[in-house]
Amino acid sequence: MRRMFSGVVIAAGVLLVSVPLLAHHGAAALDTGKEVTVKGTVTEWIWSNPHCFLQFDAKDDSGTVRNWAVETQNPTAMTQRGWSRTSFKAGDEVTVTLEPVKNGQPIGRLLTVALPNGQKLVAATATTPP
Amino acid sequence: MRQLVFTLIVASVAAFASVLTSAQMKPWNNAGLTGPPAGGSASAPRRDLSGTWDAGNGGIQPTGHVASPFTPRGEEMARANKPGNGTRIVSVTDDNDPLSTMGDPTGFPRIVMYELRPFQIVQTPNQVLILYMFEKRWRVIWTDGRALPTNPDPRWYGYSVGRWQDDYTLVVQSVGTDDRTWLDNAGNPHSTSLRVEERYHRVNQGTMELTVTLDDPLVYTKSWTALDKLPIRLMPNGADLMEMIPSASEAAAYRRVIASQAKSR
Repeated sequence: MRRMFSGVVIAAGVLLVSVPLLAHHGAAALDTGKEVTVKGTVTEWIWSNPHCFLQFDAKDDSGTVRNWAVETQNPTAMTQRGWSRTSFKAGDEVTVTLEPVKNGQPIGRLLTVALPNGQKLVAATATTPP
Repeated sequence: MRQLVFTLIVASVAAFASVLTSAQMKPWNNAGLTGPPAGGSASAPRRDLSGTWDAGNGGIQPTGHVASPFTPRGEEMARANKPGNGTRIVSVTDDNDPLSTMGDPTGFPRIVMYELRPFQIVQTPNQVLILYMFEKRWRVIWTDGRALPTNPDPRWYGYSVGRWQDDYTLVVQSVGTDDRTWLDNAGNPHSTSLRVEERYHRVNQGTMELTVTLDDPLVYTKSWTALDKLPIRLMPNGADLMEMIPSASEAAAYRRVIASQAKSR
């Protein structure tokens, strides 16, 4: 019974924190289900509607620096997940997991960000492939 | 056993909602409630919807609702709309949603059916005012007995009149909407002939239900109920809401940084 209750509580919690993802911009350009991890340096954190996005520089396999832009939800939804306008500043070292677009450009959907102090911010889980 | 599980579910959801409610109700800049309505046992006040309300996730329908079949003209209008969501979804690069790509007003009824974030209702002797967090827009619903205008100039938010059907149900009729707006994020169109009926039924102190019926014979073959008794919860008194304004400059920045590079091969 205790296990059942725990399951019910967890299910209710998930229900309560789930919000529609990318409510205005669909996932058609994304390589859905793919998840990559990129380490980089924040260049800008855009706290805006319809969606916030994080920009950061990261070296690719050839050592070339590419400027990534990864999209997430709007400020109200992100506030409900514990993010804020001041979550990042330029120069922050971050480890970002993201769902990339299909065409190889440094664009994608933000999943999580780990900060040097160990804090991990969670934006979403990878999209289930259709 | 089934009853016990049901009771546990209700109790746990209510507990989570209570925790979230108290955690989120900061003096300023609240994002709204994430949980379903917890209800309120006290009786509803008579002919009074005033307060700040939130439908939670139920107020946001990115993929749209099931609509009536299109007329031939509706089919033509729908083909011109390239949505970022729903059954006719296109790549983010081709998206032409006037709201999210250009910063146009959401308009009515989209703001009610598909972007119903928290909103405040204020009542005066001859009006019901609805102040929406999304866009920081407002609507005026006249309750002084006037008739709706005939052949009005279209407005982004139309023309609305309301009457109390009983002490707990306000029925609002609207016409004169601007056909540049979409009905939803799924790109469903409407004409300036659209008629909308909203029924705000206050169940008790803490909860009301919203039912929305649409009729647009130029675009759809029959009327349909888009929202059916959507539960909406009263937020704590004194809740100050965030701004949620999709500005044109932010939409342009999004197109420049994200959308322009995301097109699939």
